[in-house]
Amino acid sequence: MGSVGAKDVPVLLSPEGLRIDGRKLDELRPIHIEAGALHQADGSAFVEWGANKVMAAVYGPREVHPRHLQQNNKAVIQCRYNMAAFAVDERKRPGLDRRSQEISKVIAEAFESVVFAEEYPRTSIDIYIEVLQANAGTRCAGLVAASVALADAGIPMVDLLPAVAVGKIGGAIALDLKKEEDNYGEADLPMALVPQSGRLVLLQMEGHMTEDELAQSLDLGVTGCRAIYEKMKLALRERYSVAPVPGGSA
Amino acid sequence: MLVLPGEEIQSHGLKPGPGTYRVGGKVYASILGLLAPRPPFVQVIPLSGRYIPKPNDVVIGTVTDVQTTFWLLNIDAPRWAPLHMTGTPWKVDIGECERYLKVGDAVVVQVENLDATGRIGVTMNGEGLGKLEGGTIVTISPARVPRVVGRSGSMIQTITRHTGAQVAVGQNGRIWIGGSPEAIHRVSAVLWMIDEDGQRPGLTERVESYLLATMPTNAAGAEAPRPESAHRDAPPAPGLPDDEEDGAPEPNDSPDEPDPDPT
Amino acid sequence: MSGEVAAEIRTTHILDLAAEGKRLDGRGVDEYRKVTVETGYVASADGSALVHLGDTTVLAGIKLEPGKPFPDTPNAGVLTTNAELIPLSNPTFEPGPPQPGAIEVSRVVDRAIRAAETIDLTRLCVTPEEKCWTCFTDVHVLDHSGNLIDASLLAAVSALAHTTVPAKRFGIAEADYALDVQHLPIECTFVRLGDVIVVDPTFDEEQAAQGRLTVATDETGRVVAMQKGLVGAFSPDDVKAITRRAFVHGERLRQVAKGGGP
Repeated sequence: MGSVGAKDVPVLLSPEGLRIDGRKLDELRPIHIEAGALHQADGSAFVEWGANKVMAAVYGPREVHPRHLQQNNKAVIQCRYNMAAFAVDERKRPGLDRRSQEISKVIAEAFESVVFAEEYPRTSIDIYIEVLQANAGTRCAGLVAASVALADAGIPMVDLLPAVAVGKIGGAIALDLKKEEDNYGEADLPMALVPQSGRLVLLQMEGHMTEDELAQSLDLGVTGCRAIYEKMKLALRERYSVAPVPGGSA
Repeated sequence: MLVLPGEEIQSHGLKPGPGTYRVGGKVYASILGLLAPRPPFVQVIPLSGRYIPKPNDVVIGTVTDVQTTFWLLNIDAPRWAPLHMTGTPWKVDIGECERYLKVGDAVVVQVENLDATGRIGVTMNGEGLGKLEGGTIVTISPARVPRVVGRSGSMIQTITRHTGAQVAVGQNGRIWIGGSPEAIHRVSAVLWMIDEDGQRPGLTERVESYLLATMPTNAAGAEAPRPESAHRDAPPAPGLPDDEEDGAPEPNDSPDEPDPDPT
Repeated sequence: MSGEVAAEIRTTHILDLAAEGKRLDGRGVDEYRKVTVETGYVASADGSALVHLGDTTVLAGIKLEPGKPFPDTPNAGVLTTNAELIPLSNPTFEPGPPQPGAIEVSRVVDRAIRAAETIDLTRLCVTPEEKCWTCFTDVHVLDHSGNLIDASLLAAVSALAHTTVPAKRFGIAEADYALDVQHLPIECTFVRLGDVIVVDPTFDEEQAAQGRLTVATDETGRVVAMQKGLVGAFSPDDVKAITRRAFVHGERLRQVAKGGGP
């Protein structure tokens, strides 16, 4: 949301209700998920979501490093979200900046809300998310990749965690913002849903909305999450089923 | 039947077992795996992930640390497993552990108990347990170990019969192979076949045809003689199951997804 | 799935096999694993390449930005190389400041690029003393199954060979143009396993190794960089033999880098 005083603001919504990439307001970008993309990790997943390319790996449960972080009644869930230097238009210096640290924290907390951590006391479940190419919605893409990676690693959870960002562009509520919409729109609301309970475990918002717009955004986000949930399940079934999966890419 | 975390399970009155949870009167899967009714419970057998220890499992570990009264073993489980000096057939004095086992040594041990803090107790006292010498260790996914053993030990017997190798199967996915270099190579190849492709139907046929095709011939044209042990104090091949084994389901080779063995 | 301490049995087995000219994965002592290179993998970078070397996977991205020349080289652009051994790629990596292994990979890759004059840095100069291009090469290791040095340099060089200088976007010229790459250094890494020296070590072979030697060569027949690593020793004859092998492998891998395919 940095459009105050900006020049050359693109038209985000046409009179016919089409967005700059031709999508309708409630349409997701194309999403492709591959479970088990890496060899070394206990669980992994690669997500291509619009122009985003995100890799996630899970190691654990394993011994905690450093030891003083150990909890004697459950596993510690640690998450590191990081962007490659070349992932964005203006090169980002390597290393965790404050934005990455905040995102790491909210993602870790989302998973702490669904992982049965009490089954593995005094261990650590380490989640690593690397954004290789970014085009808005990377924390949601990262969360989705990490969720599939956790299932791939056999970690017990209440459910998979689909996530998506809803926003406001040209006064209208839109699902799954891309880069220009995120930069020049009026609001951005990433969220993650636990389909089994219908509750949200990640929710952030930036911008300005009325109460009605917020209610609309939540509903649209939940619908979007449910569609993404099906794609996550498909990716896992493709990896683990013996027979060809209906609707799969085989 | 493959289930994913969060999917509702038709429990038919069975109680929620490992790999499941209950909320509001319904039972759901908590892990990715195969649905397995085991009356009075219903459980989900994992198809992936780290080895999760169970009491009485025989596992192969590597010594990663030596302390005054115990060694720490890496058994590819969520935690290291301490092996206490009294849990061995040797008379180890305090501070003398290093003389018997050092960092990098490989051992066959049995899981005794698991306490609430996640501590894994193991022992080396028992038939088929001990220090491993010579040969090599291959690591596969723990979820594939039942296929290495086979129904009533059929697969492991096929492997050892066709190669003359000695094989110790750890439930944690670590497998020790002893014997001639050819035997080790052929058994390793079979283990990788099972690890990579074990879910595809027809595994037994593929393994047998590989072993027959790679059988070394000798002058008499008969099956290769059993090789001499690569070492003297080799433990007998542990990990061979009896029919009462309560492990993961042993999939049949039908074209459908593997069914749990309804024992 | 590799623990931090390798079972000694396994190390012994790798050495026994090597003594017979054999390796765990069935390769010969002078055989590389399968290599594939996919250039243009990351659209947000000015150049990029994804390399698979067996199960090792490395991604290099190039970013060019206008900057200021160093005072002592007013007519030259700036080149900087960074390798990230991210914890995602191997269970033994932990987050935090770069470990010595990561720093070594960065520097050995950088040394080869610089020494070979892969890019003529004076051509990155825009206005002497005031403005030049800074070329950032960032290498991300995604999956570490051994031999990061060779995979990282191959990814970096392949990426550079398919890089577009964003001159138009930064208002420095009328149009973007291809980065001119004048030499293509390739690094080949060998490890000693007993008396045998094998090329392109896997992770397990690196753990069992008694010394490692990397030799960088370019297409004009020059040796441009060397690095001995791990604990162990090589005789001068060993070094000469390794260098000869490095030229042969280097030539083949160079074609892979140029072609952007297997």
